[in-house]
Amino acid sequence: MVAVTSTARRPGRRQGGRQAVRLLILIVIVAVVLYPLLWMVGTSVKSQEEIVNNIGLLPEAFTPGNYTAGWGNFDLSFGTFFLNSAMVSLLTVVGNAASCLLAAYALARLRFRLRGVWFAVMIGTLLLPGHVLIVPQYILFRSLGLVGGEWPYLPLLIPQFLATEAFFVFLMVQFMRGIPRELDEAAKIDGASPYGIFRHVILPLSRPALVTTAIFSFIWTWNDFFRQLVFLSSLDDYTVPVALTLFIDSTSQSAVGPMFAMSVLSLLPVFLFFLAFQRMLVEGINTSGLKG
Amino acid sequence: MALTTAPGRTGRTGSARPHANRRRGGRDRHAEGLAGYVFLSPWLIGLMGVTAIPMLLSLWLSFTNYDILTPLSEVQWVGLANYERMFTADPSYWHAVRVTLTFALVAVPLKLAAALGVALLLNKAWRGVGLFRALFYLPSLLGGSVALAIVWVNMFNRDGAFNSFLALFGIEGLPWVSDPDWALQTLMVLAIWQFGAPMVIFLAGLKQVPTELYEAASVDGAGRFRQFWHVTLPMLSPVIFFNLVLETINGFQGFTAAFVLSNGTGGPVDSTLMYTLKLYISGFTDLEMGYASAMAWVFLIAIGLITVVFFSTGRFWVHYSDGEK
Repeated sequence: MVAVTSTARRPGRRQGGRQAVRLLILIVIVAVVLYPLLWMVGTSVKSQEEIVNNIGLLPEAFTPGNYTAGWGNFDLSFGTFFLNSAMVSLLTVVGNAASCLLAAYALARLRFRLRGVWFAVMIGTLLLPGHVLIVPQYILFRSLGLVGGEWPYLPLLIPQFLATEAFFVFLMVQFMRGIPRELDEAAKIDGASPYGIFRHVILPLSRPALVTTAIFSFIWTWNDFFRQLVFLSSLDDYTVPVALTLFIDSTSQSAVGPMFAMSVLSLLPVFLFFLAFQRMLVEGINTSGLKG
Repeated sequence: MALTTAPGRTGRTGSARPHANRRRGGRDRHAEGLAGYVFLSPWLIGLMGVTAIPMLLSLWLSFTNYDILTPLSEVQWVGLANYERMFTADPSYWHAVRVTLTFALVAVPLKLAAALGVALLLNKAWRGVGLFRALFYLPSLLGGSVALAIVWVNMFNRDGAFNSFLALFGIEGLPWVSDPDWALQTLMVLAIWQFGAPMVIFLAGLKQVPTELYEAASVDGAGRFRQFWHVTLPMLSPVIFFNLVLETINGFQGFTAAFVLSNGTGGPVDSTLMYTLKLYISGFTDLEMGYASAMAWVFLIAIGLITVVFFSTGRFWVHYSDGEK
C-alpha cells in the first residue's frame, strides 16, 4: 500500500527494480510449487527405463502406453472405479446442496424455538473431526446391513443427505444473511408462507452459494479417501482413491509408470474444476474460510 | 414482522382491528415455528443419527472390549481397561501422539509462515496477481488426494526427483520415505506445499488493512519492518488466529499421505503413525473397536482442549479493530 503512494511521488527506477525482484521471487516459488505436478505428468509418459534414469521433466521417448497399462492393471478396468467415484461425488453434491440449503434457510431466516441452540450446535460440529465418528458409524451402518450390502455407497451418502457437512450449512447461512430481508417481508405481505419464500425468494437467490457448495463437495468427495477406504470392501465397488492404493500393494518397479498415469487421470476432474471455477473457488474460501 | 412493516399496504394491518392482527400474527409465528423444524429436520435427523448417537455409542464402546465379530449384545464392560492400556501399556499409542504433535507443531507454523510470506509478496497490486494466486492455490485442491501422496512418496524415494535434484549439487540423498528419521519430514513438506488455502485467506485479510495506517506509520518514520510489526501483524491477527485454529485441527487429522507412504502401517518403524492412522489400524485392521473408540474420545477431548486454549489465549494477542476483545 505504501508502495502505491510512493510510486506516485517518485516513479523511480528503485520501485521498478523492487517490483522486478518480487516478481522473480514469485516465479521461483511458482516453479518449486508446480514442479511436483509437472514431474507427475512427465513421469506418467516415461518408459520404465527412463523413470529410473532420466531426471528431466520431459521423456525422451513419449510413452502413452502407461495409460492403457494402468487402465487395465487390475481385474476390473479403471473405468469402473471412475464411474463409482463419479456417482458417489455427484450424489454427494446433490445431497449436500439440498439438505444444507434447507437447514441454512431455517437457521438464517425462520424464527422458531431453540433456534439459537441448534445454531450453536451446528457451529460446534464444524470442528468435530470425522475420524472420531467413523468407528461407531461403521458399527451402526453395519448393523443396519448397509456396509457391503446391496448398494454399498449408502453409508457414504446418507450423511451427505442429512446436512452433516456443517461447513456448507455455515457457508449458506452466511450467504443468506446477505440477502435483503425486505424481499422476505414483501413476499410475506403478498401472502407467501415460509415455504413460498424459500421457493421463490431464497432458492433462486442462493444460486452462488449452491454453486460454491457443489464445487467443493465434488472436489472433497472425489479426493476423499478415509471414509471410502472404511466403507468399501470389494473391488467392484472401489472408487478411484481406494483403487489407486492397490498399486502401492504391488510395489514392483514396473508399476510406477501406470500408477502415475492413473494418478494423473484421477486428478484431472479436480484440475478441470479448478480451471473452470478458480475465481469462484478462491472467493469461496474467502467468504467462509473453507479448506481446499 | 409483517405487523411492523405492513401498515398502509394491506387493509388487515390497520389499527382498526388490533385483535385480528394479534391472532393472525400468532398463527404466522406458529406456522413459521413449524416450518423452521420442517426445514431443519434433515439436519436434525443427521445430527441425531449420524453424529450424536454414534458419539454416545462410541463413548459406551470405549468402556467395552467390542470387536466387530461378536454381536453387540454379548459385549463385555471392561471399565477403564482400554484407557489404561492406551496410556500405560501401548507404546505405539504414545508414539502416535508424539508423531502427530511433532507434525502439527512443525508443519503448521511453517505452512502459515509460507502462506503469509507469499501473501505479502502478492499483496502489492499488479496484473499477474490473479494468476499467481490461482497457481499457488492449486496444491491445496490436489494435495489431499491419494494420487498426490503417491507422487510425493516417489519423489522422495531413493531414485526420486528430489535426490536427482540434490545430485546436481553433488549431494547424495537418502531414501527419505523409508528412513524413519526422515519419513515424517517428507509428509510435513507435503503439508507445507499446500500453503495456498491459508494464503488466500491472508490475502483477503491484507486487503482489509486501511492504507491510512501505513501512511500514518510512514509519516511517523516507521520503516518497512516496523510497519509490518506494528501495523500489518496486529491488523492481521484475527486472520492469523483463524488460520492457526483451522490448520492445527486439520494437521492433527492427517491420514491419507501417512497411509499411502506406509501402506497403511504407519512405518517405517512407526515414524508416520499419525493418530488417525493408529485409530484406523486399531479399529479396522486389529478390529479392536472398543479400544479404537477410547482413542477417538481422547482425540476429541484433546482437540476440544486445544481449541479452548487457542480461544482463551487469543484474547491476549488477537486484535480486533472495532475494540471488541
